[in-house]
Amino acid sequence: MLLICHIEVIMNKMQKALLELSDMDDLAARSSAIHSLNPTAKLLATIAYVAVVLSFGKYRLSGLIVMLLWPVLLFQLSGIPVHLCFYKLRLVLPLVLAVGLFNPFFDRAPLLVLGPLAVSGGVVSMLTLMLKGTLCLMASFLLMATTGIDSLCACLRKLHFPGLLVTLLLLTYRYVGVMTEELAVMTEAYQLRAPGQKGIQHSAWGSFLGQLLLRSMDRSQELYASMLLRGYHDHFHYAPERPFRPQDALFLLGSLAVFFLLRFVPVAELLGALFVR
Amino acid sequence: MIELQNVRFSYERERPLIEDLSFRIEKGESVGLIGANGAGKSTLLKLLLGLIQGEGRILVDDIPVEKANLSQIRRKLGFVLQNSDNQMFMPTVYEDMIFGPLNYGLSREETERRVDAVLERLGLQELKHRHNHRISGGEKRMAAIATVLAMEPEALLMDEPSSNLDPYNRRIVINTIRSLPQTKLIASHDLDMILDTCDRVLLLSKGRLVADGPAAELLRDRALLEANRLELPFSLAGRGS
Repeated sequence: MLLICHIEVIMNKMQKALLELSDMDDLAARSSAIHSLNPTAKLLATIAYVAVVLSFGKYRLSGLIVMLLWPVLLFQLSGIPVHLCFYKLRLVLPLVLAVGLFNPFFDRAPLLVLGPLAVSGGVVSMLTLMLKGTLCLMASFLLMATTGIDSLCACLRKLHFPGLLVTLLLLTYRYVGVMTEELAVMTEAYQLRAPGQKGIQHSAWGSFLGQLLLRSMDRSQELYASMLLRGYHDHFHYAPERPFRPQDALFLLGSLAVFFLLRFVPVAELLGALFVR
Repeated sequence: MIELQNVRFSYERERPLIEDLSFRIEKGESVGLIGANGAGKSTLLKLLLGLIQGEGRILVDDIPVEKANLSQIRRKLGFVLQNSDNQMFMPTVYEDMIFGPLNYGLSREETERRVDAVLERLGLQELKHRHNHRISGGEKRMAAIATVLAMEPEALLMDEPSSNLDPYNRRIVINTIRSLPQTKLIASHDLDMILDTCDRVLLLSKGRLVADGPAAELLRDRALLEANRLELPFSLAGRGS
């Protein structure tokens, strides 16, 4: 009985993971001002946003904080809850936040003084790196959640990205679902023959992973064959058509202008100066 | 419609999976492809679709199955996979159905017309905007058939179309197959389904064609079936020769 409950918990987790994957497709299928924008406009704006965010100096934390405005505005306009972004990215975020964790140990020189507290350059650069990573992830999530994988791939092809790379991107996205399904089946089979055991024994990891890879490859090959048999040739004719309209140009140019302004004009400092004399 | 001339295929040199296979299927015929596990049924379907290349000559509507003609060939042959999960890779049934026609250059309007016509014909209108991961196995199998029919192929190749279905859904699939006017080649172990849907049967054993004849005759031949690790269909059990 206990074993069945344990397996049910595992299966529920796997099914939850699968449903989460399909949630991204559901999010992309919603309708809002941001969803209806041309994918190319959104992609170029996102690339520009990521480039601008990454170009900030390691101590320009205040400038980066203002860059939060763009994703926050897009979350509002697209109707996608911000907490959903952090929930979906909960596995990746710790890795991003771990970047720069050691900076405070190497860069100890005080950079600013907050009342009685002296903040070192290492702490500021660590926070800057963490914020950069988080902002880039938020922008990428927004792009995926408001565009969808097929429209995104179609847009990449229109921008003359190599067909092979775009197909790889598409298949990787689809492959995650296939691997999760296979993992669910294998874990269930393992647990049925390993009662009372928590997780998978270390000695079985190698063969388990090998089998998972082989099974996933088999299924992925069949899936790819199914795409080929229905005329797939990396041109994504089936992606929803969204012509480039004046509002798309306005969104793109407006976004670029805002990024330029936030990057080269110390907005945070100017706003601060209004209140602090 | 489909012609094989001395076709041979093997992954390894020692044991060919398909050996000196020759037959012809005329337009409008409904042919069952039977044989034990490993007889070469799925391999043969893959050869016809150009997913793997063997020796010999395969013609579809007098067009050789060669790399240069694959697009043309695959437009003529619709393939229903054994595992519908691998066939339905888009988020919704509708998106899966428009995938093929749009890839083959049809307009959105024509594609929409075809999708609606197929769904209506199969009585699947309510599935149109359903998510693939939220429909049952039987619905998914029917939807998989619908995705292929939306391409309006001249012939249908099916790999175990009735596997993993409950009796009710199996019957729906059988009735659907029977109602389709296309040329059909159906690989299956479900001999009752073959008896219900096919006029002619090809029996494969170890990659060779061991029998080719009317379904009603061949599927009654207990000795032949048992010699090839098969059994009489349930509906004929006790009446075989």
